[in-house]
Amino acid sequence: MNSAKERLVNGIVKENPTFVLMLGMCPTLAVTTSAVNGLGMGLTTMVVLALSNVFISLLRNIIPDKVRIPAFIVIIASFVTMVELLLQGFIPFLYDALGIYIPLIVVNCIILGRAEAYAYKNPVIPSLFDGIGMGLGFSVALTCIGAVRELLGAGEIFGIHVMPESFVPVSIFIMAPGAFFVLALLTAVQNKVKIAGERKGKDMSKIQSGCGSDCMNCADTGCAKRLIDDKKETAGEEVKKND
Amino acid sequence: MIKELLVILIASSLVNNVVLSQFLGLCPFLGVSRKTGTATGMGVAVIFVITLASAVAGAIYQFILLPFDIAYLQTIVFILVIAALVQFVEMFLKKFIPGLYQSLGVYLPLITTNCAVLGVALTNVQKNYGILTGVVNGFATAAGFTISIIILAGIREKMAYNDIPESFQGMPIVLVTAGLMAIAFCGFSGLL
Repeated sequence: MNSAKERLVNGIVKENPTFVLMLGMCPTLAVTTSAVNGLGMGLTTMVVLALSNVFISLLRNIIPDKVRIPAFIVIIASFVTMVELLLQGFIPFLYDALGIYIPLIVVNCIILGRAEAYAYKNPVIPSLFDGIGMGLGFSVALTCIGAVRELLGAGEIFGIHVMPESFVPVSIFIMAPGAFFVLALLTAVQNKVKIAGERKGKDMSKIQSGCGSDCMNCADTGCAKRLIDDKKETAGEEVKKND
Repeated sequence: MIKELLVILIASSLVNNVVLSQFLGLCPFLGVSRKTGTATGMGVAVIFVITLASAVAGAIYQFILLPFDIAYLQTIVFILVIAALVQFVEMFLKKFIPGLYQSLGVYLPLITTNCAVLGVALTNVQKNYGILTGVVNGFATAAGFTISIIILAGIREKMAYNDIPESFQGMPIVLVTAGLMAIAFCGFSGLL
């Protein structure tokens, strides 16, 4: 139970996928035009993440190491398809609002990242809570960003009017450019925290270690490197065979 | 027919720009835009892969998924087809066109996980585009990506020696730039 609680705290606070790791930026920017959409996207991702983590953890001794990435993708894509059909059937307004970003959960690097980094190496129960924790962290982040954009752009939160009458909505915040500006401020705050922490000598390497920060570095440290490494390994083996 | 394709060409490349209004393919847009040279390379690789992928995905949808009534498997099928296609293109270029592989090869693994490729394939299905229309839409989307990444790289080159506040150095200032570009691209919305 202790471990379950630890996984939840880890996902929501310590390794928050959006605020700390900067993963899954495409849906973060695209669907946070309102708090409801953000929450819907976050929870949808959480369901997929928890289910795929459990399934991958169950199969971790069966999936051969070499084909694990394609195997993960098939498992994740299956769950995404199921969730998509369920949303279409039971929550049609959310299905219409999120549109193409629901099937695109497949390529959300949070999910593949957790499969690779946690579920593939750990038992089922911790993996489940890891998925729920990360998913909740993502939901909280998307809801917060959505709420800020909705408040500034429409004067509402969750569709309830909260700003005074005299407030003129800055509608650019619910349009595409606003997403970039909100994210810019968010990363600036992150930078600030990171720099301040480093001055005090704390280990801040986790902040912005995800894909969102830099693709070229991602190729050195992240998921892309695993693919490249695998290729090098197989190439190395071929060379040995030739010898 | 030609008029229809022209409308799609303009709509997908400028009006609904894939990065600046749909937020697909943000990772390479932010990550590989430090120099105009690499940005152009990435852009060309993306045009190549997306055009090819929308042709292949469109053909598979029309000739396999629809006749067998398994269109609900599209997400799974498309992602696997795209991943396999990128691997195949990489091997093909390495073997037969080494010159092109030298210049595009590094970008190809990065494109496998690019959500723009899957996004285009799914949009084509959602909007009921045929194979030809789908390919035009794919090409236009990728061209839009190339236009915006080259512009961003140009601005970033100019910006490199500017005096930027400490906490805005790196990603934040690039995102502000992207936001301003998105405002500029909003101007295209009156075109159609």
